[in-house]
Amino acid sequence: MAEATKMNNEASTAGPAGAAADEKARIGAPSSAPAAIAGFSEEGESLSELNTGTAQHGLKKHSHGNAPVVPEASRGERLKSYNLEDFAPLTGREEDWRFTPLNRLRGLHTEPLTGTGPSVRVSGASNIKVETVGRSDARIGSAATPEDRISAAAWAAADGATVVTIPANTVADAEVTVTVRGADKAPAAQHLIIEAGAFSTAVVVIDHSGSATLAQNVEIVVGDGAQLTVVSVQEWDDDAVHVSSQQAKIGRDARFKHVVVSLGGDLVRLTPSSVFTAPGAEVEMYGLYFADAGQHLEQRLLVDHAVPNCKSRVTYKGALQGQGAHTVWVGDVLIRKEAEGTDTYEVNRNLLLTDGTRSDSVPNLEIETGLIEGAGHASATGRFDDEHLFYLMARGIPEQDARRLVVRGFLTEVIQQIRVPALEERLALALENELAAGNL
Amino acid sequence: MSTLEIKDLYVSIVTEQGSKQILKGVSLTIRTGETHAIMGPNGSGKSTLASTIAGHPRYTVESGSIALDGEDVLAMSVDERARAGLFLAMQYPVEVPGVTMTNFLRTAKTALDGKAPSLRHWTKDVKQAMSQLRIDADFAQRNVNEGFSGGEKKRVEILQLELFRPRFAILDETDSGLDVDALKVVSEGVNREHAKGEMGTLLITHYTRILRYIKPDFVHVFVDGRIAEEGGPELADRLEEEGYDRFAAATPAVEA
Repeated sequence: MAEATKMNNEASTAGPAGAAADEKARIGAPSSAPAAIAGFSEEGESLSELNTGTAQHGLKKHSHGNAPVVPEASRGERLKSYNLEDFAPLTGREEDWRFTPLNRLRGLHTEPLTGTGPSVRVSGASNIKVETVGRSDARIGSAATPEDRISAAAWAAADGATVVTIPANTVADAEVTVTVRGADKAPAAQHLIIEAGAFSTAVVVIDHSGSATLAQNVEIVVGDGAQLTVVSVQEWDDDAVHVSSQQAKIGRDARFKHVVVSLGGDLVRLTPSSVFTAPGAEVEMYGLYFADAGQHLEQRLLVDHAVPNCKSRVTYKGALQGQGAHTVWVGDVLIRKEAEGTDTYEVNRNLLLTDGTRSDSVPNLEIETGLIEGAGHASATGRFDDEHLFYLMARGIPEQDARRLVVRGFLTEVIQQIRVPALEERLALALENELAAGNL
Repeated sequence: MSTLEIKDLYVSIVTEQGSKQILKGVSLTIRTGETHAIMGPNGSGKSTLASTIAGHPRYTVESGSIALDGEDVLAMSVDERARAGLFLAMQYPVEVPGVTMTNFLRTAKTALDGKAPSLRHWTKDVKQAMSQLRIDADFAQRNVNEGFSGGEKKRVEILQLELFRPRFAILDETDSGLDVDALKVVSEGVNREHAKGEMGTLLITHYTRILRYIKPDFVHVFVDGRIAEEGGPELADRLEEEGYDRFAAATPAVEA
């Protein structure tokens, strides 16, 4: 580890106040007096005792010194365990929980996860296998080990798992839809396993909707030479709380695409990871999130290059509108000493559409070998620029059309990656509704 | 035949020090088929005039009027002005992420004409105009101005001029930052459109070199927010020899 390079480019951007000194004219927007952004001080984000997410900034100085947490030296050293007891109760000061408003988890981190939980229904392809299995099934734990307390709690509490298997050498004859439909708000646990056998091909959509307080583990096994796309859609009702660990284990020469679309819910926190286990594999991870007033949408990614000659691309894009809309994107890419020939690039872009929004973006790249093809990351967060608006309007385009043109263009890139026409259409429509709701 | 009539225009901007007057009584009339060059030292208010005509909200019109064939331009929103036939080729075209040139051009053309252009003709027109302006075909799939060089951005402004066919084009220092080859290409684009005889042109420039390629019928010299001198093309020749010194001596330049 002595030779390791660790890069951490942290950017936290809060509403238009960030551009206070900007002399540019603003079209149809209020004066750019420094706006008060909850949890945001001149020093950066405030780490409050319980991540209340309320306006405590400026009242007292925050301190990093009191935190009992010892920072991990490498992302690869993070605690992994199936035992809930191995994880200390959350305080909000942990590196990986510091942005999450714990008091809005509705007990997911403190209460027993005994609720019935959302129903699971699998439809679509006919040449795949769907099973509901008990806790003792050997496939549980084949791809994932919990890396945080809520994931471990869900692991301990889940009765069993729903297992979707695409048999080896099989091309699924349609896309597979796993409909996860929540009906009540008691804290609950859920376990899903998607296993793509060697040289199989499939698209699996996990479609979340309804109301829930859900801790979820999704295990994804991508067999040697398999081509698997997993799309996780969060179109929850406004009150839903969803914490989901989605870990994928990638076999030799496999192709894995993971797409996250988070639109609904009060608090959604996804931790997708891709771990390479054999050379020659490629991973693409995409994300799209659109946070409205009061919504907290968080995604923390890991790409673990543990073996040589694998390739990864990460693209996450977010839009925010309305008071208190908060998004978090943390992208960890780890290139271990063994992972020679790695080629990786990750990018996050955020568009702040109104005052009062906050977007945190933290790309981390950890490189333990210099013998790689390439490694890069980029992050940019900006507000909707009134000069964009002027430019488009000066070409005859009415204001509302101009705004939508920009946001739609910004986000559809991710939707186009899904390649399931019906779902793409549905999500494009959902985006239009988001835009309409924000009077954009 | 159309007329763009600017009468006794006073314009100010808000600065940290308060309101500051930039234009101090500008009157100017442009007719279809005419090319007017506005020249002047930095800070004389040339670009303010351009942005005010287009409706940029940074500029406040204190008094005076702008009329397009008798219609009150100042009462129109930015997009309405464009649809009325005014086009501003911007000095610093902005990058618009997430919107491809193709999508942008078609959306703008549809808004300007009130109906979508016939797909077959439109695609052909765009291709031809791009090729004449030496713009690579792959620009069509790139986002508006994103990653374009200064010269490429200016070419794309003139591309829009040729495709949108405005009644009046205001070119705000389109020549600045262009090398000689690009200056020629861009000037040819303006001349092509002008030669159709359906456009009036207001050419704003600091330098005289673009006037070798675009011949003005009238030259107006801006100093301290006013037209200090007017004349024919010969005035530009004189400025090339003498510079702005004889005007600058009288009034200190202001930043605008």
